[in-house]
Amino acid sequence: MSQQVQHRRQLIRGSMGMWLQVLGLTILSLFWIYPFLWLASASLKDSLEIFTSGLNLVPQEWRWENYVRAWNDAGFSRYMLNSILITVGSVLLVLFRCSLTGYVLARYNFIGKKFVVGIFLVTIFVPAGYTIIAVMELSQSLGLLNTHLGIILALSGGGHVAAILLYAGYFSRIPRELEEAAVLDGASFFQIFRSIMLPLAGPVTATVSVLTFLGTWNSFFVPLVFTFSRPDLRTLAVGMLAFRGEHSTDWSGLAAAATLSLIPVVILFFFLQRYFLEGIAGAVKS
Amino acid sequence: MALSELDSGQRAIDGRPVSTPSGLLTRLWNDRWIYLFLLPTVILYSMYALWPIGVSWWYSLLDWNGFGRSGTYNGLDNYREVFRDGFFWRAVGRTFLFAVITVPIRLIASLIVAIMLNNPRLPFAKFFRTALFLPVVTTTAIIGIVMQFVFDPAGGPINIMLLKTGIVDRPMNFLGDSSSALYTVMGVHIWKWFGVTMIYWLAALQTINQDLYEAAKVDGANARDVFWHITLPLLKPFALIIGILTFIDTMEVFDLVLTMTGGGPFFSTEVIDVFIYRQAFAATIPRLGYASAAAVAFGLLTIVLAIIQVLALRNARSARRAA
Repeated sequence: MSQQVQHRRQLIRGSMGMWLQVLGLTILSLFWIYPFLWLASASLKDSLEIFTSGLNLVPQEWRWENYVRAWNDAGFSRYMLNSILITVGSVLLVLFRCSLTGYVLARYNFIGKKFVVGIFLVTIFVPAGYTIIAVMELSQSLGLLNTHLGIILALSGGGHVAAILLYAGYFSRIPRELEEAAVLDGASFFQIFRSIMLPLAGPVTATVSVLTFLGTWNSFFVPLVFTFSRPDLRTLAVGMLAFRGEHSTDWSGLAAAATLSLIPVVILFFFLQRYFLEGIAGAVKS
Repeated sequence: MALSELDSGQRAIDGRPVSTPSGLLTRLWNDRWIYLFLLPTVILYSMYALWPIGVSWWYSLLDWNGFGRSGTYNGLDNYREVFRDGFFWRAVGRTFLFAVITVPIRLIASLIVAIMLNNPRLPFAKFFRTALFLPVVTTTAIIGIVMQFVFDPAGGPINIMLLKTGIVDRPMNFLGDSSSALYTVMGVHIWKWFGVTMIYWLAALQTINQDLYEAAKVDGANARDVFWHITLPLLKPFALIIGILTFIDTMEVFDLVLTMTGGGPFFSTEVIDVFIYRQAFAATIPRLGYASAAAVAFGLLTIVLAIIQVLALRNARSARRAA
């Protein structure tokens, strides 16, 4: 009897603690979500109303024309296209070169392998920002400074050692019997990779795509310095900075532009949440 | 998979012996596909990672404004000036202060939240996880610009909230005051990247078998015992890598600082990469050589600090073993 009472008391205390946690996490989550709600609401208000309506999130009048202004007049349709082009290009290039490299590093021994691995090991933590001057000079001498291709190469040419490691880790776990059968059938080195190995690595390709997408879409330093003299090549992030410089009083237009810029990545996140979280978590597990 | 494990990769499967008598060239020729596969990365990585690292050293020895095709060699003058430049040292100090303050907060706070979310009985766990992770996927530069409005003294929501709840009686100029600007940026940085560290911890926590918790509960352990005697010891192997990954974020706060404050007011938020940017791109007369010297000097400083840290850790460990 007394044991039962104690057990029940424990249960109550347990669920009390649980609901306290839920309350705490709810408040915390509100702080995390509120800026986005505020931004979305500001994008539909009048510039004056943003700063006079206090904490009220619902606009008096829904002003969709803010979006028209940002999209057409401020050039965000152009910036969006640039962001998409640069992101798609970078993701494809990273997938291409990292899957090939990861594959041979994981499954073959060759002269120079230790050297290649050593180079990656030494340079893995060098932040991109500290070599930007040299990257710009290189791009200028190659005639790539004011081009989409130049930005794509600068974003995906260096770094991305993590993507190589993800591929290498996955390829090293694929049993060799699969390969042996294909060799007996007369498949070439490239055919084995292209039609057996790469399809098997689908989950890694998904993870690397998502991580590279995130890094490129959100990149700022490289697109900023590459587009100083070519405003028409600006990405969304760089365009935002320029917008603030040029129309510093158009708060609602700015909020609409920011919302437009954030929407694609947020939508993608909700649909591919699993890959985003697994991709991030993979950094710790590997 | 760690890089060091790559060495254990196996030989090609066509049964060819590793050391053919016909020599090196044959072997290289036989492995031509391997080298072809490596080619894209070798070329691009050399161009965009290795060459820039190497040539930065050369640039750092030049007096070079970027207008002329090349600068003039002036030996170690840039380094002498960098080491005497108060702006450089204050920027270095801020960069490390940024790390010293934000890294522990992120590590501890996100661990607490991750432990709560890891409880399979917690309702709405998925919702909380999504909400706290949301800022991670957004563009830092855009968040920086938006946060300028959020912290605006004349009608930004933060100040309205503070005024309404009576916490302050005058609006705070978070970003316009040089004593609070850096800490405001740190706050936004923690907010922005909190979710990443939380997901790291959750990944680590998921390696712990839930049965262990059940068993502990049956044995009458309370939540505190479970944390100190089960969770924490099992998380230890992950703590170092999570700490490093979290620390690396703080070395790249350029996007946030440039868009939130531009390094101001009165240089009070100028971290090292903003300092380099100012010298190289934002000054009326760009000083690419000087900026490169600052970058190299900061890189060396970080390496020296890392070595000291590793040595101190090793000392502490051997001292503990001796005791």
